Amino acid sequence: MFDNLSDKLQDVFDNLGKKGRLTEADVDRALRQVRLALLEADVNYKVVKDFIVRVKERAVGADVMHSLSPAQQVIKIVHEELINTLGEAAPLNLSGAPPHVIMLVGLQGSGKTTTAGKLARRLRKQGRRPLLVAADTYRPAAVKQLEVLGEQLDIPVHSEGVEPPPPEIVNRALKRARREARDVVIIDTAGRLTIDDQMMDELVKIKALSKPDEVLLVADAMTGQEAVRVASDFHERVGLTGIILTKIDGDARGGAAISMRSVTGVPIKFVGVSEKLDGLEPFYPDRMASRILGMGDVLTMIEKAEEVMDKEEAARMEKKLRKGEFDLDDFLKQMRQMRKMGPITSLLSMIPGMGQIAKEIDPEATDKQLKHIEAIISSMTLEERRNPRIINASRKRRIARGSGTTVQEVNELLSQFRQMQRLMKQLQSGKRGGLGGLLGGFGL
Amino acid sequence: MPFNPFRRAKIDVEDQERIDRSLEKTRGGILGRLGTLFQANEITDELWEELEEILIMGDVGVETTMKLVDATRDRVRREGVKKIEDAYQILKEEMVRILQADAPPLDIDNPHRLLTVVLVVGVNGSGKTTTIGKLANYYRKKGKRVVLAAADTFRAAAIDQLKIWGKRAGVSVIAHKPGGDPGAVVYDAIRASQESRDADILFIDTAGRLHTNYNLMKEMEKIRNVARRQVHKAPHEVLLVLDATTGQNAITQAEKFKQSVGVTGVVLTKLDNTAKGGVVIAIADRLGVPVRFVGTGEGIDDIAEFDPWVFVESLLEHDKRT
Ligand SMILES: Nc1nc2c(ncn2[C@@H]2O[C@H](COP(=O)(O)OP(=O)(O)OP(=O)(O)O)[C@@H](O)[C@H]2O)c(=O)[nH]1
Ligand SMILES: [Mg+2]
Repeated sequence: MFDNLSDKLQDVFDNLGKKGRLTEADVDRALRQVRLALLEADVNYKVVKDFIVRVKERAVGADVMHSLSPAQQVIKIVHEELINTLGEAAPLNLSGAPPHVIMLVGLQGSGKTTTAGKLARRLRKQGRRPLLVAADTYRPAAVKQLEVLGEQLDIPVHSEGVEPPPPEIVNRALKRARREARDVVIIDTAGRLTIDDQMMDELVKIKALSKPDEVLLVADAMTGQEAVRVASDFHERVGLTGIILTKIDGDARGGAAISMRSVTGVPIKFVGVSEKLDGLEPFYPDRMASRILGMGDVLTMIEKAEEVMDKEEAARMEKKLRKGEFDLDDFLKQMRQMRKMGPITSLLSMIPGMGQIAKEIDPEATDKQLKHIEAIISSMTLEERRNPRIINASRKRRIARGSGTTVQEVNELLSQFRQMQRLMKQLQSGKRGGLGGLLGGFGL
Repeated sequence: MPFNPFRRAKIDVEDQERIDRSLEKTRGGILGRLGTLFQANEITDELWEELEEILIMGDVGVETTMKLVDATRDRVRREGVKKIEDAYQILKEEMVRILQADAPPLDIDNPHRLLTVVLVVGVNGSGKTTTIGKLANYYRKKGKRVVLAAADTFRAAAIDQLKIWGKRAGVSVIAHKPGGDPGAVVYDAIRASQESRDADILFIDTAGRLHTNYNLMKEMEKIRNVARRQVHKAPHEVLLVLDATTGQNAITQAEKFKQSVGVTGVVLTKLDNTAKGGVVIAIADRLGVPVRFVGTGEGIDDIAEFDPWVFVESLLEHDKRT
């Protein structure tokens, strides 16, 4: 797997630190790592080039040279510059007289139809009366898909099957919106390639007749180098007002966000975070910047943890943690849950500042250690797990024998557990502290 | 396309024409920058940089790009190659070598097996359902009896979509109601394939899922297990459908799907786009998973068996992007 950027820069910075001065060559070395990280994150090759030039201009400047910690300065500049490039969070811009029109465009399979449903739901929550329009007459069952979503949401869908040309469907949908006092019209268009002139013309037509307030490009967060071309082509031919980045619940770094934003200059407005219809969130440039740099995101980790853990179980666990009633049985369960999330090191590397620690941990040794702990606890009776104080010398011998360990190891575990319990009581914050605390408690 | 003496993979003329036609759009008939480089006729540092750029822009990824360029440079030195054209040829050979991935031949069209089960998986919107429609048609035209299982019971209208494809391809579709248990669909589809329909090949369409979603990955394993319990050694092929516009995350996708259900091959879709899909080289290199088919459009005939030579040519073909 790729090392994350903060670790790589740490190496470069360690060397810089010893010299105490930041030369152009030093900056170049650091930026080489930045460049690699950005390319691995799928930021477009040319966009990376420009970006590096901008960072360098700032980094080799006087304030860096005289700075006490040039190393940190570089990473700060990179991060800031990324956030700048990503732009500010921008809300939907629905001004003027209703009905307002939102047109969704994009490549095949980027998530337009689902996003149309999500937007409609969101707008209704804000007191609007949306109308969905099924203008994808090409993909088999696309119309039906939107109808089903409309039904689930209880939001009307204007559909006319697959026979009429999409611009005509849109025309009639607009009339219907006026008639039925619908104040936002959301048009779901077919996915298309930008090299398909005929299909691009269709979008131009729909735009001309519906005069949308927003033309949003729906793009997949996993998109690679092609993002630049996709975004600039759609922007040139149709004229975009914003971008929605979908499927960021995956683990793609999302460098496409940088690429698309820098070539179009239009803001990223929302991100899609799940398949469910409530899975649409405003865009946060700082989160995205950290993600692209691979600098860790505690939130991602927590989300991951929640996904694996059965909701009820999680709530129960949280309560126990808060009260400091967390026992060895809970610990065993939690540990097994954690194991499902993947190797411990990958979890650690998601916590800011833990990247270095994660690297120092030998994943195999750690896993072995965890298995050890698991074996010891499994050899305890339920009563012993609930109330470790009853574990006397003879019980310890039995547990050691049962788990193929030594009494000393059993002792160690018990003392670590006591330590952890103390720590838990200090942490009033629940989940977030819980997981980190657990790891910390066992010296991991 | 430059003349290529090393061309060895068999591909029928019709397929070749189709690929050429769809790739034509992206080439615009212009010999790209590499073409110009040929004429320069001297191997310089710039050449290696240009190659790096072309590969990275084709989503090959930094690591695999470096590996390829280094291997090519080594061979160029060792073999005393002087002409750019020959260096270019060496690069292509290196790429093809990786793409061949030491894979056994595709095992869908197997006359010795009563029923071949093919599980089709991938992230949301990658092109699974469409690919199944095309493959159904492809094998039916070869005289196979094909059945489709609508095991995406989650996405709105996914079942209807597959049914439309079934009709287009002239094959039957086994489906339950939306929201049903996908395992049960597969169970019934296998029973039907073995009994009443006497089918040769069963394609299982699954819901799109991100590899980061633990529960959905487990669900997919359950589907696999249902097939495994009913048919000896099933699924015989597990195809991961990958969108050619996908960047480096495709490697993690392939890795996770492989871990989960043992992916045996990739179908690279939307190659009619200008995207190059170069990440499949990294996938073949690191995971040993070969590409089996490419999708080149939304029509039922827009599918071809993968030819590494054709693919490599089009990847290196530099279009006029600025
Ligand atoms: N241009 C082009 N479009 C394709 C190709 N293959 C699939 N598509 C389109 O990509 C979109 C998504 O295809 P689907 O087959 O629905 O994808 P899927 O993986 O089944 O999607 P989910 O089931 O929703 O995860 C549709 O609009 C298809 O027409 C291809 O080779 N070229
Ligand atoms: Mg599908």
